[in-house]
Amino acid sequence: MTVTSTRLRPDRRSRVRQFSTADRVALTLLIGIPTLIHVAFVWFPAVATVVLSFTNWNGIVGVGGIRFVGFRNYWEIFTVFESDVFSAAINNGVLVVFLFLGPTAVGVFFAYLLDKNLRGGAIYQSIFYTPVVLSLAVVGFIWRSVMYSPRQGLISTVLGRTAPGNQIDWLGDRSHLLSIGDYGLSKNFVAILAAMAWRHVGYIMVLYLAGLKSVDTQLREAAAIDGCNEWQAFKRVVFPAMKPVNVVVGVITVIEALRAFDIVFALNSPRGMELLSILVTDNLIGEGGGNVGRGSAYGVVLLLLCVGFITWYLANHFRREQAR
Amino acid sequence: MSMTAVAMPLSPKVRRSRQAKVRRGVLHTFLIVMAIGWLIPIGGALYASLRPYAETSGKGFLSWPDTFTLQNYRDAWNQGDMTHHYWVTALIVIPAVLLTLALASFVAFGVSRFSWKFNIPLLLLFTAGNLLPPQVLAQPLFQMYKRIALPGFLTDTGVMLGSTVGIITIHVAFQTGFCTFVLSNYMKTLPAEIGEAAKIDGASVLRQYFQIILPLCRPALAALGTLEFAWIYNDFFWAVLLENQGADRPITSSLANLGGEFLRDDNLIAAGSMLVAFPTIAVYLLLKRQFIGGLTLGSTKG
Repeated sequence: MTVTSTRLRPDRRSRVRQFSTADRVALTLLIGIPTLIHVAFVWFPAVATVVLSFTNWNGIVGVGGIRFVGFRNYWEIFTVFESDVFSAAINNGVLVVFLFLGPTAVGVFFAYLLDKNLRGGAIYQSIFYTPVVLSLAVVGFIWRSVMYSPRQGLISTVLGRTAPGNQIDWLGDRSHLLSIGDYGLSKNFVAILAAMAWRHVGYIMVLYLAGLKSVDTQLREAAAIDGCNEWQAFKRVVFPAMKPVNVVVGVITVIEALRAFDIVFALNSPRGMELLSILVTDNLIGEGGGNVGRGSAYGVVLLLLCVGFITWYLANHFRREQAR
Repeated sequence: MSMTAVAMPLSPKVRRSRQAKVRRGVLHTFLIVMAIGWLIPIGGALYASLRPYAETSGKGFLSWPDTFTLQNYRDAWNQGDMTHHYWVTALIVIPAVLLTLALASFVAFGVSRFSWKFNIPLLLLFTAGNLLPPQVLAQPLFQMYKRIALPGFLTDTGVMLGSTVGIITIHVAFQTGFCTFVLSNYMKTLPAEIGEAAKIDGASVLRQYFQIILPLCRPALAALGTLEFAWIYNDFFWAVLLENQGADRPITSSLANLGGEFLRDDNLIAAGSMLVAFPTIAVYLLLKRQFIGGLTLGSTKG
């Protein structure tokens, strides 16, 4: 592979010089137009968020009226609005850890079982994957009406707690399950975690099924000959061999946890389910609307939390790319 | 036969195959239990949506059904103004998916079939852009959309905010990142000789794209198209942010308005949810291979 590419490279270069003017115009447009759209509507606002987080702009006066206020927005969100930002950060943090320990682990397990080519494996796979095609907002509505309805929900029905006065307000109870000082993990947020797990497992399972198929069978056979039992072979040989998939899953899971928005917003953002993404939006279209500076500062916090993972992923992917 | 097998001391081979059989049995039982558990929320929603609320709230959810009726669907459809919302959704999703695939395949073609110094930086730009949480762009984008004027036939509001064009634009800009990444990985697997042969025959860059590369990418385009359909259809954030008039929201985000109106009637909410979920589930069942293929294309080819 490397031999061919080095052989090809010199005449590839000479071909670039051979492009006709029409070809050059065509290529410039083919690449230029999408790049322009992508930069104008994704990267320009992303950079603008950072700039605006240092201003007191309300979004109403013209762009000329923007005044820089230094770190005041950051100082405000960590002192005046400290309870919002800490509750949100805790929930986002819990979400990351939970998604890794819960649904990601289960997804790997399901993938491992289904990789054994069982009879009916395709059916199991389709069933586990079905929730993934639903919007998280729809997932929220389905769980609210079917699983968590205090009057007739399935969980309350099974627990026998549907009688008036004896009901459980699954999505409204923000008392803490675990407390950390004044903060903690609310019961209603845990209810949401279950619904999100239901959707996340299938996603991870499909990625790992593809990953497992790409692992050389000789590796497993070698491990078996060396006397590894199944768990040892998976832990020491198969799992490390799936590094590309592990990286993708790591990034997807962290970013999903930071992006999480739909399900909570769809349930009218009850207290106890604070998320950083909700804080950004609340400072835009919610009750505290029109505070571009503070909203942007929340956006930057979100950006800082994920920028490390994005860089890690890109470095991994493109290093492999160049090695080929 | 089995009598003798029990009476005779078991050979190691028989014992091992027995053990394997038992293990298979345990495995299947476990998977069947999990699969049934996995279907409970959707199955429950379907069951609830077909029964009157008065019945389930009176007799309990798990009671034997006296009546099956489509009344909840009729009510959800009418109260939720679903004809209108489906139409709004189609006007957003179809152009957005087609434009995303077109633009992404342009860039992918440029960076994967020709070697020049901006290949890697461009791919990095698109890949990283796609990984940003949308909330990071939300504030400035909202302000931009408030100020970018559009001609009257494209919008009721005069600006990009609240217009179909505005929502399509951000979907295309954002999703182009993922699709460029996947398509360029795919195009790199096509042998370089194909392009060279075309070049020798005097085919222009555009002809190479339209007549050679694009047809070869059909499987990848189908997989990505399916996946992007679901992602854009399922979008909630951009629609809520950029379409502040609830009546003009696409269907997934219009559920948020329904929630308020239907607050008490869980079965009606279930019916509304099923109506919103139906198109993606139907596409999934019809195009399962493409659906799953789109996801794994992006993760393992690299």
